[in-house]
Amino acid sequence: MAFSIRESATEMAVNFANDSDKIAPDEIPTVRFATGARLAARQFLRNPAATSGLVVLALLCLAAIAAPWISHFDPVQIKLSAKLKPPSWEHLLGTDHFGRDVLSRLLYGSRVSLSIGLLVVAFSTSFGVPIGMVAGFMRGHVENGLMRLMDAFLTFPPLLLAVTIVGLLGPDLRNVMLAIGIVQVPVLARIVRACTLSAREEVYVAAASALGASPLRIATRHILRNILSPIVVQLTIGFSAAIIAEASLSFLGLGTQPPNPSWGRDLADARRYMADAPWLFLSPTATIMLAVLSINFIGDGLRDALDPRSWRTRARAASVKG
Amino acid sequence: MALLTVRGLTTSFSTDQGIIRAVNGVSFTLEPGEVLGLVGESGSGKSVTALSIMRLVREPPAKVQAELLDFEGTDLLRADPRTLRDIRGSGIAMIFQDPMRSLNPVLTIGRQLTETLVRHINIDGNAARRRAIELLEMVGIPMAEKHLGSYPHQFSGGMRQRVMIAIALSCNPRLLIADEATTALDVTIQAQIVELVRTLTKNLGTAVIWISHDLGLVAGLCDRVNVMYAGRIVETGPVREVFYRPSHGYTIGLIGCTPRVDRVGTPLKPINGLPPNLMDDTPLCPFLPRCDVAIPACHRVRPELRSFPGGHFANCLADLTSRHAELR
Repeated sequence: MAFSIRESATEMAVNFANDSDKIAPDEIPTVRFATGARLAARQFLRNPAATSGLVVLALLCLAAIAAPWISHFDPVQIKLSAKLKPPSWEHLLGTDHFGRDVLSRLLYGSRVSLSIGLLVVAFSTSFGVPIGMVAGFMRGHVENGLMRLMDAFLTFPPLLLAVTIVGLLGPDLRNVMLAIGIVQVPVLARIVRACTLSAREEVYVAAASALGASPLRIATRHILRNILSPIVVQLTIGFSAAIIAEASLSFLGLGTQPPNPSWGRDLADARRYMADAPWLFLSPTATIMLAVLSINFIGDGLRDALDPRSWRTRARAASVKG
Repeated sequence: MALLTVRGLTTSFSTDQGIIRAVNGVSFTLEPGEVLGLVGESGSGKSVTALSIMRLVREPPAKVQAELLDFEGTDLLRADPRTLRDIRGSGIAMIFQDPMRSLNPVLTIGRQLTETLVRHINIDGNAARRRAIELLEMVGIPMAEKHLGSYPHQFSGGMRQRVMIAIALSCNPRLLIADEATTALDVTIQAQIVELVRTLTKNLGTAVIWISHDLGLVAGLCDRVNVMYAGRIVETGPVREVFYRPSHGYTIGLIGCTPRVDRVGTPLKPINGLPPNLMDDTPLCPFLPRCDVAIPACHRVRPELRSFPGGHFANCLADLTSRHAELR
């Protein structure tokens, strides 16, 4: 559009305060514009991989909740007469070396595995993100203290640290979750700190302070919002890592205790029958893969949906030249 | 009463090598609605002066000191953070050099506009959105209502700078600081933006500090100009006085390296050498090593601020009247 100064518009601005007194409330037109959240949601749903990931994960969660109605077999009931049966109409995924129904164990096991994944992610987010942001935002002694603490955690091999924590606290689900979470916090904190450090030097952060935004507002609205993408990606990795770490701990006898099922636990057991009963290890492997893949797709979708610059949509057509 | 009074403003940064005085005893006043130019080469302390006034330099490592730093009766040096935040945006607003980076890339234009409005003016969401449309129209953005839901990357540089201006002027600040606001834009857009800011601030009665190294721009725009060198104001006065009768060797040098349409073919005269290291405080004129109008006295004493006709002051010992004819 050709450049023009609108005197009337300027006056309007000057007299704005007086204006609004004169207009009766019901005459004020309501103005709406697309909010970022809605645009991001639309963008996410437009991504087929992300949407299917979300559907698959929802189905897995639903199956975990509805386990008793889907399979009538008790996941821990031993029936040696029916051991190592291949898939059949009765046992859709076969039976294991104790004659337990594999489908049943998978369904009940997903309760453990999915909740470990979600809780670990929740745990590492609620500690890793604030620690990283405070360190990146405050600098100085606070940063040094926090980051050296994180470094101290990072010096231990992650599995060894988790084994130690579970060994000290005793092997139950809550402690396993805690152990895996503690291992993940420093990794997340370091990423968040690094992103915060670069984001706080951005001109728009200076511009926001020049407009009177408070430090808290700058931290949440301007910095956190801009570093969400790497955080989300890290969290999806964390979710997959948690499921696998639980499997490792169970394998070592520190996670889910027999006879209780979990994906990792069953996978570890199935190892011995790989040649004779391949359905035993295929089912948990496939399920873990499905869960991890769908989480990764969701993560990718979220990352793109959270960054308006990556949107390729009709919005491009609305670009303004000036 | 003056809108802004700056007296003896000194901003220093402590580094491992020593203390750098980026701004060294700067004093000036600004009347309501006045347009002041701040010129000088890179590193002369223009931006740090502006950031110090807004108290946006990070302390530490920086240290802002002044005898007086008064904005509309508020002592900016002693004001608590909350008061300062209230002033920023509604009392003093700032436009930055790089419009490509000064808008938050993940928030819609509408959100960024309304946020400042809601922060400073007591209005509800709908009124803020209405006002946001008016503001976008005011800065010449077509289809304003539609563009409230647009993101910065969908706008060109000039349009983004218009949005920045809309945001900066949204709460009717009494002072607008434009820090190289047009430097990153191409020439045609530059002219539009300058004209836009000039007209809007004139109509709104906003005082403006234009920070620029473009003398032509400052000459056409400002009432008064401060020439800065090595963290000091070396010459100050009404624009015509300073540019037609420069009384400091540095100002002469600056004008000498500005291309002029009416002097096509005349070679430009660059100022030789580099700005001084701000760490060593020389007892003499800081411009002396690069000055080509220096007189013997310059090597003995530091010049005091001298008064010239027409409300014009300069920090120079040499008599430059003989050079004025060639500037006409």
